[in-house]
Amino acid sequence: MKGVLATEKRGIRELGAEEKVGWDEVPQGVILESFEEVLKENVAHIRPEERPYSDFNSYTATVASWRVIKPVYNRDICIDCQNCWVWCPDTSIISRDKQMLGIDYDHCKGCGVCVEVCPTNPKSLLMFAEAEEIEDALAKWPEKKKKSK
Amino acid sequence: MAEKFQLNEVEVWDGNYAASQALRQAQVDVVAAYPITPSTPIVENYGSYVADGYVDGEFVMAESEHGAMSACVGAAAAGGRVATATSSQGFALMVEVLYQASGMRLPIILTVVNRALAAPLNVRGDHSDMYLGRDSGWIQLDAFNAQEAYDLTLCAFKIGEDMRVRLPVMVHQDGFLTSHTAQNVYPLDDDTAYKFVGKYQPYEEMLDFSKPVTYGAQTEEDWHFEHKAKQHKALVDSRAVIDEVFEEFKKLTGREYNRVEKYLMDDAEVAIVALGTTVETSIVAAKKLREEGIKAGVVAPRCFRPFPFDDIRDALENTKAVAVLDRSAPMGAMGALFNEVSAALYTTPNRPLVTNYIYGLGGRDFAVNDAINIFKEAKANADAGYITTPIQQFSGVRGPKLGFFETKRGK
Repeated sequence: MKGVLATEKRGIRELGAEEKVGWDEVPQGVILESFEEVLKENVAHIRPEERPYSDFNSYTATVASWRVIKPVYNRDICIDCQNCWVWCPDTSIISRDKQMLGIDYDHCKGCGVCVEVCPTNPKSLLMFAEAEEIEDALAKWPEKKKKSK
Repeated sequence: MAEKFQLNEVEVWDGNYAASQALRQAQVDVVAAYPITPSTPIVENYGSYVADGYVDGEFVMAESEHGAMSACVGAAAAGGRVATATSSQGFALMVEVLYQASGMRLPIILTVVNRALAAPLNVRGDHSDMYLGRDSGWIQLDAFNAQEAYDLTLCAFKIGEDMRVRLPVMVHQDGFLTSHTAQNVYPLDDDTAYKFVGKYQPYEEMLDFSKPVTYGAQTEEDWHFEHKAKQHKALVDSRAVIDEVFEEFKKLTGREYNRVEKYLMDDAEVAIVALGTTVETSIVAAKKLREEGIKAGVVAPRCFRPFPFDDIRDALENTKAVAVLDRSAPMGAMGALFNEVSAALYTTPNRPLVTNYIYGLGGRDFAVNDAINIFKEAKANADAGYITTPIQQFSGVRGPKLGFFETKRGK
């Protein structure tokens, strides 16, 4: 399941599945380079999908295998408030020009913070079982809750 | 631009002042410290140099020694020349971070003024803290007097920062006996000293935003071993660079240093192996005994880590009896220096008789007569052809004679 705005390298390997090399080839001092080339401008000005992430960067690793529940995003209800983007502890909410685009399922760990902070009624993000198809999840979306008098 | 410090050809400096002057001349970028007796004056003097405009770098007072070494790790990873000072309990508090510094291959310089470890609380000199650092992955150089504390601190920067080494370096001196004893010291002028140390060359520095790097990554069973193997090899291989730097220093100053120092060893039959100020005491004793016809000599590891296994062996293999002196409570084992010297000598055809003396704990004085008695026991062993005393003895402790373990060889 490739997400929006992902490079070809995002989440292509499982953690710990790196090619094993001998003591003479490991980087000195375990100093790991984030990018494959020297950057010509401030990295904050380069979009993630245009950054030359190296194999040492966690961008190229996936942790999806140990997630048991996942957030599902409902575009029809979302108001693009960016709350989830601000609160996500793993920068796994993908937003561009203040418009919510989706979830980075390669790095999301299923913590549920995004659902907790979503202010809409009903929520625009809900947690479902990892195996649940996105379409099935959207079909089960709850109705707006009415205020009780 | 830092002010130049006017120095005479000969200065009267104690070991602390000598070390602080070497730090100043190296133009350290960051000194982060938490002063502790007896190394307090190193930090105090350095603070004065900063206040008086002799230093361009930053001086950070940390909230503990753990914080001080942590700040040093951060500053070194950022790409600066970094140094600090400590002793004893402060050293103990730094230990966790010492392993971080060496594992990240950061060439930090730590001037250690050796002091006993509590309890009971004691501010005097022994080698407990130096021994505590021996598995931490740092190069450990040992100065026996104030001149050497100055010289070796300058050399330490050049050794640790060499691109073939990139390891942190400790420069040890004995608490009070060296740190607070004023002696004649021949310093270099500021320009000559800085030229010898050289401009700091950063490596994979965190402040290079065009090439972001991660320091302190986690490695588990599939990577950790390879990194530690590489680190150990770097430490062992640093021997050649240490020799080179000592050679260059000799050309500049005429003062010679070796990873293993030998005194009166050409024809020595019995030898003392010791560290710190005890070396000079033992040399005086050896000279006196030579007047009585006892061929006594002294061997001293200038470089405690990497341990000079081969040079120690070369220095001692033709002796008959060797007394190895440990100034640190061995706590249920033989002294660490004894174990390492014995291991080296076990690989020689001669296998001299090796005994262990625990001495000088908590600053207990070690006088020339104490060294003479030890030499005489070694001579008795040499004459008998076996170890006539317990293998490990305590020298200079009050109460009944204390000794452990008997030889099974030759008796």
